[in-house]
Parts: sequence; C-alpha cells; structure tokens
Amino acid sequence: MDAQLKRGLLEVCVLAAIKNADSYGYKIIKDLKPYIELSESTLYTILKRLENAKLLTVRSAEHDGRLRKYYHITQKGLQRIDAFKTEWKEVISLYQFVIKEDSYE
Amino acid sequence: MNKATFLEELRNGLSGLSQEDINERIAFYAEMIDDRMEEGYSEEEAVAGIGSVSRIVSQAIADTPPIKSVPEPVTSKRSLRGGEIALLILGFPLWFPLLAAFGAVVLSLYIVVWVLIIALWVIEISLWVGTLGGLAAAVVDYVQGFPLAGTAMVGAALFCAGLALFLLFGCIAASKGIVWLTKKTGLWLKNRLTGKENTSK
Repeated sequence: MDAQLKRGLLEVCVLAAIKNADSYGYKIIKDLKPYIELSESTLYTILKRLENAKLLTVRSAEHDGRLRKYYHITQKGLQRIDAFKTEWKEVISLYQFVIKEDSYE
Repeated sequence: MNKATFLEELRNGLSGLSQEDINERIAFYAEMIDDRMEEGYSEEEAVAGIGSVSRIVSQAIADTPPIKSVPEPVTSKRSLRGGEIALLILGFPLWFPLLAAFGAVVLSLYIVVWVLIIALWVIEISLWVGTLGGLAAAVVDYVQGFPLAGTAMVGAALFCAGLALFLLFGCIAASKGIVWLTKKTGLWLKNRLTGKENTSK
C-alpha cells in the first residue's frame, strides 16, 4: 500500500480507537490488533503527529503506582473521522466502478 | 533482555535526539513494557514484544526532521554565542566610534535638510513682511504728498507678493517631502530594529 495512504489510514484508526473513551498506548494496539498489526514505534509516531496537529490531547494519570498516558480525542479529531467517512464513500464507489469494468473482460 | 537494559540501550541509540524527545520516548516504551507485564507477560517477554532497539531507533530517526536529529549543542539558535559576545566586547573601541560617527553624519545631513527648509520659510515670511511694509510705506507716501515714491512702493510690494506666492508652493512641497522622508526612514528603522520585513514601499 502507498505509504502516504497507509499513514492517513492509521491515523484515523488510532483516532477511532480513542473516539468513545480515552485510551492508552497498549490498549490502542490491542484494540486495533484484529484489524491491523501496529508496532509500538509506529504508534508512537502516529500519536505524536496527532498530538501536534491537535487532533488529540494527552494527560498523565496514576495507574497502579506508576504514570500512564491517556489520549483524548479533540473536536478537530472527531471532524477528521467524519471527513474520512465522507472521503471514503467516494473511494468505495470508485472501487466498485473499477471492479465492474474489470469483470467485463 | 530485561527492561532496564532495553531502556538503557534505547537511550544510547537515541542519543542524537534532544533530551526532551529521548525522555518522552523512553517513558512511552517503559509504559508499554509495564502494561504488557501487567497483562501477565514476564519481563523478558514484554521486552521482546516491543521489538528490537535498532528498529525503534531507525524509526525515530526517520520521524525526526534533520534539524532536530543533530546533537543539542550544534542546533543553531538565534541568540549570540559566547565567542560572538566576546568579539563584540573586544571590538567595542573600534565599532562604537565608527557607528557613532556614521550616526552623527546621517543626523547632520538630516538637520541640514531641515535648516534649508526653515530658511525657505523665513524667506517666504520676509517676502510677505516686505509686501505689507511696501503697502504701508505707499500709504504713508501718498498721505505725505509723494505720489511717485508711493507708486514705486506699491510696485515693490506687488513684486514681493508675487515672489512670495511663487515661493509658497516650493515651501509646501519641500516640507511635505521631508515629512514623507522622515516617516519612511522611521518605519524602515523600526522594521530593522524589530526584525520585521520591510513591507512599506
């Protein structure tokens, strides 16, 4: 898959993983595991990029006597998910066109 | 490999990054290992699950823009370095008089321009005074019975008035010019001192 495309998709996946409740690094990886294998180093890069773009915020909270970072989606992050859904409707209809034309051969 | 060794190796591998960046990454991976151990993995397993240090390091280098990946002391900052400050202090006896002399020349040129304009206005005023004086003298001449002298005085007054009117336009134009020049120079200086782009053209 095109690296740029994959990067964009992974960003939206991570945003989706924290959409309904704040989450932490390891849980995000586990939640995404059935869909995509995400390494820790890739996740770190994505989280950092999303934080810099203000699509999520980070807070540290105590857990079991140590600090754990929790990621919280922002309004801008939610908008990003909505934009993704709209864009991909177009992509899917294009995909269906390509499949249909291909099957005539 | 245990957690401490892994994090130590990672810290060494990331040494090209800024201290803040390194600490943040170390905390992230430490948290990941702790979370895995909390789930029941042994320390060794948890560390193995994270992947190799070399892979993490190469990913970190790939993420980092070139300017951030050079060691801290080399990162260029806008503040003056020690050598530059020393040079400024040592060079003070040389650069200060030169700068002061240059400033004085510029200032005196500016004053000369203003003085020329003031002189023009003085001539303008004296021409009007001459006009009024000529007319007053003409009246006195006529009253005292010297019509010829009176007429000559009226002529002189008209001459002065003509010249004064003619010069008035020059005075106004020159004054406007110097005010414009002052504003432009002031703006340019302000932009230079605050480091902004000179947008006034």
